[in-house]
Amino acid sequence: MGEEEGLHQTQLLDTMFVRGLKRKCFDGEEDIEGTLAGFKAIPSYNLQRQSLLDMSLVKLQLCHMLVEPNLCRSVLIANTVRQIQEEMTQDGTWQMINTQSAGQTSLDRLVSTDILCRSSKEQAEGKLVPVYSTFAKDCEGTQSQDNSEIMSTVTSPQVPRNLQSNMWEMENPQENRGNFQKSLDQIFETLENKSPNTVEDLFSEVDNSYYDLDTVLTGMMSNTKMGHCDLETFPSQTSANSNSNCKSDLNELDHIVEILVES
Amino acid sequence: MKIHKRSSALRKMKCFPCQFSNTIKSAQSNTSALMSASFFDQADIISTVEFNHSGELLATGDKGGRVVIFQQEQENKIQSLSRGEYNVYSTFQSHEPEFDYLKSLEIEEKINKIRWLPQKNAAQFLLSTNDKTIKLWKISERDKRPEGYNLKEEDGRYRDPSTVTTLRVPIFRPMDLMVEASPRRIFANAHTYHINSISINSDYETYLSADDLRINLWHLEITDRSFNIVDIKPANMEELTEVITAAEFHPNSCNTFVYSSSKGTIRLCDMRASALCDRHSKLFEEPEDPSNRSFFSEIISSISDVKFSHSGRYMMTRDYLSVKIWDLNMENRPVETYQVHEYLRSKLCSLYENDCIFDKFECCWNGSDSVVMTGSYNNFFRMFDRNTKRDITLEASRENNKPRTVLKPRKVCASGKRKKDEISVDSLDFNKKILHTAWHPKENIIAVATTNNLYIFQDKVN
Repeated sequence: MGEEEGLHQTQLLDTMFVRGLKRKCFDGEEDIEGTLAGFKAIPSYNLQRQSLLDMSLVKLQLCHMLVEPNLCRSVLIANTVRQIQEEMTQDGTWQMINTQSAGQTSLDRLVSTDILCRSSKEQAEGKLVPVYSTFAKDCEGTQSQDNSEIMSTVTSPQVPRNLQSNMWEMENPQENRGNFQKSLDQIFETLENKSPNTVEDLFSEVDNSYYDLDTVLTGMMSNTKMGHCDLETFPSQTSANSNSNCKSDLNELDHIVEILVES
Repeated sequence: MKIHKRSSALRKMKCFPCQFSNTIKSAQSNTSALMSASFFDQADIISTVEFNHSGELLATGDKGGRVVIFQQEQENKIQSLSRGEYNVYSTFQSHEPEFDYLKSLEIEEKINKIRWLPQKNAAQFLLSTNDKTIKLWKISERDKRPEGYNLKEEDGRYRDPSTVTTLRVPIFRPMDLMVEASPRRIFANAHTYHINSISINSDYETYLSADDLRINLWHLEITDRSFNIVDIKPANMEELTEVITAAEFHPNSCNTFVYSSSKGTIRLCDMRASALCDRHSKLFEEPEDPSNRSFFSEIISSISDVKFSHSGRYMMTRDYLSVKIWDLNMENRPVETYQVHEYLRSKLCSLYENDCIFDKFECCWNGSDSVVMTGSYNNFFRMFDRNTKRDITLEASRENNKPRTVLKPRKVCASGKRKKDEISVDSLDFNKKILHTAWHPKENIIAVATTNNLYIFQDKVN
């Protein structure tokens, strides 16, 4: 986004956030489709709120510098993120976006990625890998339903806590940034690939350590459970457990993949 | 003295520029049109300003870990019409950058706070702190030098004892004044998080240091031990939602202190109640105004500074948009509220984007507690007279003012038609912020720090 566009957008956001425009009446699908279809002259409240959320997440990620990040600033940003997410959950915006039919969502809607994991190496060293909340939407169409279900990982309000843990206990800023970027790239790659072998490719090319398979598998069942999984796998106390879980689940997933491919 | 008289008569005494390095660096790389690019050495950024108890000395700390102390000239009062000017008295390197090998992180040498001890003998003492370590510095003068040693030459070389034929008594001879600063105590390794405040107790024996989550009590003589008196760290860091932003001892009650939080609350604690003051004696919090609610409400309510009045009856807090005066006897709301730059309320999203919304402005009282002062953007600073309810905006800049000129009041035009001499909100420079100000404890002399310059103003004496 160019400089001017960025400035323009924040100016619009300014007018929007002037007073406590907490929430507009949720108009229903019609409104959502309208805003998603194209950019209007003045972005809707939902889009602006989403934009604020994006901005906040970027800020949190950019905290990782050589000098320890400012804890007060991080706490305030994290609280803002939680506030937005709580409002979005109450709005039902989460559910709305998740049930969108194929084709409407594009990669642009992918606000940020939730790569929740601990590589086996890092667990051995007792370090923590960054945790960010997922706002990935369904990216596949209904044709390859398996893909979409595996990829859909929506977070519930538990997400902000992950952010916080990440920040407060950051052990390895440089590495974390690298990890995140790499994971993000991988996600984009796999999403663009719509061939039938996508699922296999997904798990063959990507380093398995970047996916929390608990999260992925549970995602196939229900969306709401996602948050719980994220929470559980993150804290360092459960390091040993999640490692073994990853491995066993990986085997299980391989098994499932084999079945799908054969059929 | 009324505010308007004072404001129109404020004259600039001196401006102390810091050294500009040859390398051109930009202060903040931000593409927003609201910010200007500045070219100066980052180490020269002033990070704290503090008068001593008599007002004769003024200390500044900067991002490079240096402390510069200015001294007021003791002038002949009959002769001159103004009070003495401030000149550089002493400069020393207080803190050096460190590296925390365990966390692979740098520890900044930036001086976060300086606090003076009251003077007990010829030497002056101050506490200076960076993010992790507090140091007690002794500043002493030397204007005499012993001469005529028997066993040493004047340059310090030892004499051959066999050449000594007579004995003499060494005498003190005057020499050029030399000001020496030496570290007397180093209080280290007590803070996991970044120290934001230090405050000396009225008993002049103890002091507190506060970081984001904890407050420790020290004895000035003991460096290997400190007592933790406040701890708000949650058992599970994932539940962290609030941090300590500032703390200060009551000026008269040696058992009382306050600390402010990022959620806009102030807690007053009594150390006699228990060893760990996790339960406050009083909680000061103003209910939120529902009509002004936005996603930024919490951020702008975060208190960046808290200062007791000299009398000890009131305390002042600074949040992003306002200054509030609290009566210690009333917890549910402040007795006075002053809007510093309300015109920024409509710009909060931009200020959030460029991080300006996290700027920590300080505030200060004048000697008689009748006027309060705080900084703003565009090198503006504001004064509020509590008695007349008048306020004024002034600018600290070299372009407009030569020494001895009277400052002109400024005005920001919030919206609509801009009158002549007014400045519109959109043309404010958010890179030029005044975060640190100080008021002489007895006279109407103020010190205002822009990013890398220190301005000293006084009111005109007729």
